[in-house]
Amino acid sequence: MPMTLTEKILARHAALDAVEPGQIINAKVDLVLANELSAAVAIGVMRQTKGADRVFDREKIALVEDHFVPAKDAQSAKIAKLMKDFAIEQNIKHFFDVGRGGIEHVVLPEEGLVAPGELIVGGDSHTCTYGAFGAFATGMGSTDIAAAFVLGEVWLKVPASIKLIYSGKPGEMVFAKDIMLKTVGTLGIDGATYRAIEYHGTTVDELSITGRITMANMAIEAGAKNGIFHADAKTIAYVKERTDRDFIVEKADPDARYEREIEIDIGSLEPQVACPHTPDNVHPISEVTRDEILVDQVFIGSCTNGYIEDLRIVAKILDGKRIDSRLRVIVNPGSQKVWMQAAEEGVLGKLAAAGCVVNTPGCGACFGGHMGTLGDGERCISTTNRNYVGRMGSPKAEVYLASPATCAVSALTGRITDPRVEAAVTA
Amino acid sequence: MQATLRGHAHKYGKNVDTDVIIPGKYCNIIDIAELGKHAMEGLDPEYASRMKPGDVIVADSNFGCGSSREVAPIAIKGSGTSAVIAKSFARIFYRNALNIGLPIFESPEAVDAVESGDELEIEPAGGVIRNLTKNETYTAAAFPPFMQSLIDAGGLQAYVEKRLAEKA
Repeated sequence: MPMTLTEKILARHAALDAVEPGQIINAKVDLVLANELSAAVAIGVMRQTKGADRVFDREKIALVEDHFVPAKDAQSAKIAKLMKDFAIEQNIKHFFDVGRGGIEHVVLPEEGLVAPGELIVGGDSHTCTYGAFGAFATGMGSTDIAAAFVLGEVWLKVPASIKLIYSGKPGEMVFAKDIMLKTVGTLGIDGATYRAIEYHGTTVDELSITGRITMANMAIEAGAKNGIFHADAKTIAYVKERTDRDFIVEKADPDARYEREIEIDIGSLEPQVACPHTPDNVHPISEVTRDEILVDQVFIGSCTNGYIEDLRIVAKILDGKRIDSRLRVIVNPGSQKVWMQAAEEGVLGKLAAAGCVVNTPGCGACFGGHMGTLGDGERCISTTNRNYVGRMGSPKAEVYLASPATCAVSALTGRITDPRVEAAVTA
Repeated sequence: MQATLRGHAHKYGKNVDTDVIIPGKYCNIIDIAELGKHAMEGLDPEYASRMKPGDVIVADSNFGCGSSREVAPIAIKGSGTSAVIAKSFARIFYRNALNIGLPIFESPEAVDAVESGDELEIEPAGGVIRNLTKNETYTAAAFPPFMQSLIDAGGLQAYVEKRLAEKA
């Protein structure tokens, strides 16, 4: 039976010759991920589960402290410690505390913990990020994660797949983020619920690994269970630099069945902006800038756009200039490694000289946790992935989502600005 | 057999996301009662103080979209809310709600008919929703067979215990 890329990976992990959409399977997992928030609840569930004394494999679990760290307060310290103590007790091989890790989804690929053909579940909805590497990866809640910790397997309903075919060369100042915002806007926030998104086409073949990460990361913003790319020479080179573990590169069959096929032409795409208060409220920048939208905060970072490529784009735009005096810019490099590389390349210095706050890696500002929380009536343009009411702090704040370039240019002008307008960049 | 649920309806729109069900700043809390005090705070800051134990959240489609935070259904349960009725649920929230024992029901018919304040009575086993205020009855979609068998087995935790016992 012909299968999609997702179906192939699921079938192999369930030890079946074939699977089809709607089928319930028990699948073996290659890696189980949790952060201190999802782990705290999962560990509690595990403690209450009779016979669940040990994790199934100490080398196939990754625990990353990233949401409320360095601890925002005593309660945050308590749950961070809870996860650390568990990691020590269970002798977990891949435990990342502050200063050695960063944002989970930035850290795992960097550390070679994600490879093509693998099946990864995580206690974080953006676990779908690893689809960038041709892996099946999906987010789950803590009880499911606790079950995966001890059994090393999960039950899954095989999702039907939606094939997205991108063509055309991105224009000036159009990036993977713009392509994905356009995609979420096209599908809608429940347009891919219970579905797999399979990314195809010449546009994504040309994308860098980071660009594919940005796109796979936001599959959940259309409600998808996972978003997946085919691994190619770029993927294999990236992964082999980081691990010598064997992996199997799967490929969708040419006659695989897709629930829908959608063609998206990128050639004429403008930079895109998701306006408040849903990630699918997406508009081209020329439409958004018809009104003057002043901003109080610009945020650069997250598992969507906290990579070295992203910081380089921002530094290039801000180099030698000063950010607008009415706003603040907060930058969170995605991981300790990204932070160190950005420091070595002089990127962090340029950002700081322009007036940006450069924070330690973490998720804090993106989800309204700490280190960049918005107040009543404040407006932020951000490289992150969600802009629901209250997402970054006050329910009376507004969040616009855009690419690092659009955010950087807006930091110079103080209002949401088209990055293609030369005058804005040189202002 | 699960007990009958009874309470007044609090009605909301579509795409009620996890950020409004339990804002990120409370996600470092693990105490159920404490989480319950902040249920729905991002959308309806008065919900926890206004609702009475047993009350029912009634919402349009895609309830619980967004993050995987299990504290979202935990907060709703912790507030004393007895059930959520929606036209549809987001994928991760659906699993989480069943895993933590928050009764959820898919019933477009009920959502369209029920108004805030209506008194509802729900028979979980048959998915029967009675509107005592309007004197109407609606039905909820049955759970898929696999989900029903998991529920009947006592939930995921009981399933894991059984699997571990088999392996031992």
